[in-house]
Amino acid sequence: MKHRDFIGSLAALAVSPHVSTTDPLVWSFTRGMPVLPGRVKLEVPALAGNGHSVAMTVRVDSPMTPSDHVRAVHLIAAKNPVRDMAVFYLGACPRAEVSSRIRLNGSQRIVAIAELSDGSFWSDAAYIEVREAACTDGG
Amino acid sequence: MALARIDLPHEARRGELVEVRIVIQHPMETGFRRAPQGERVPRNAIHSLACRYDGAEVLRAKLSTGIAANPFLRLFLRATHSGALDLRWLDDDEVQGAAQTRLVVSP
Amino acid sequence: MKQYLVLAALIACTAQAQNRSGLEFASEEIRRLQASDAENPGMLWVDQGAKLFAQKCASCHVSMKGVATRYPALENGRIVTLEAKISHKEAFAYESDELLALTAYIANQSRGMPIKVSPPAEKLDAGKKAYYQRRGQMNLACAHCHEQNWGKRLGAETLSQGQPNGYPAYRLEWQKMGSLERRIRACMFGLHAELPAYGSDAMLELELFLAARASGLPIETPAVRR
Repeated sequence: MKHRDFIGSLAALAVSPHVSTTDPLVWSFTRGMPVLPGRVKLEVPALAGNGHSVAMTVRVDSPMTPSDHVRAVHLIAAKNPVRDMAVFYLGACPRAEVSSRIRLNGSQRIVAIAELSDGSFWSDAAYIEVREAACTDGG
Repeated sequence: MALARIDLPHEARRGELVEVRIVIQHPMETGFRRAPQGERVPRNAIHSLACRYDGAEVLRAKLSTGIAANPFLRLFLRATHSGALDLRWLDDDEVQGAAQTRLVVSP
Repeated sequence: MKQYLVLAALIACTAQAQNRSGLEFASEEIRRLQASDAENPGMLWVDQGAKLFAQKCASCHVSMKGVATRYPALENGRIVTLEAKISHKEAFAYESDELLALTAYIANQSRGMPIKVSPPAEKLDAGKKAYYQRRGQMNLACAHCHEQNWGKRLGAETLSQGQPNGYPAYRLEWQKMGSLERRIRACMFGLHAELPAYGSDAMLELELFLAARASGLPIETPAVRR
């Protein structure tokens, strides 16, 4: 095995730096299983003009067959007052890809954790800078 | 009665991947906002949602206040036969919502 | 004579070319949302409006195409907004979802068509005066931001020209659809000024002026704004 591949494997085996498995919210569905970085792609803008509505797409590299599919995708915000944003159970979706619009209470990191049918967990994370509106609207 | 818009192609060929885009009218009230008089507007967000196509569940979701108001969802399904696309949701006030449309599938 | 006409046309074109929709100053996310009927949350109100129109208005009215381009209108010397006109058979409360829906539907029927509001000049005096009048704790007039400084930054935002062509609009700040009057009040709130009441003379005069100023800008309802 080449040196590069060896390091790559080690990195893959490491617990995802974006996800703390001792985070009670993460623990509630992983039960301490390692969450590996990869296979998940979380697409959000790096800079959001407004925290009220930010476009988000999450896709998971999966054939979506009965024996090999994504059971669920969890979306977690680091700093929202309510950190669990959504859980998508992909059922009979032929493509493991969901888009929505999220609400962010300021600049923060968000994490997408996918649970696969083999019981493994994979993740991706992104940091979104959220600008605030200049003038208070009052409604 | 809350409205929803379900956007999908009028017709699809059997086996084709179909993109479905949904917008549901709902404030997804966080419970942190204050009304003009200063009182807090109570939390009320859609917490459960299910999308079925031709009877089978395509997507189920647990949503929270971290999803923006008038929630948007984009998902994919595989065209099998012509059938109903059925969307149902339930919010914190235990109000149910539903919307249907039809996917026409040509062989 | 021909040269004069050409010059007048050029000036008119330039004047109109300077009219820019708020869309030009909006973020990419907002422009994307507005561009897609499938994703624009404002379309929920347009849909609702279409249903209400069929129920309540279709017995007398057929097509609403082009109607919104002529509002606010003058009827017997009084200024009438589209919202007020819609309430001519059944009174709808300002900012009610029903009124927002009907207004959005009717304005949407004129989407892409230029605003054509050109009352006699003297009818615009009151609104014009209000537009240039300093107000509030901030002691600023509409013109200070929207005429003298549009395109410049105010904090993280870019100042627009304050055009009305996208209203009723879905504002992210409101998390729902809202009327032009609501937006004007919100702006006044930012100045720490007294808020003109919905449907008040002060409001109507300003709306008439804004529409005349916006002449030529295409209607965009339902616009998406921050």
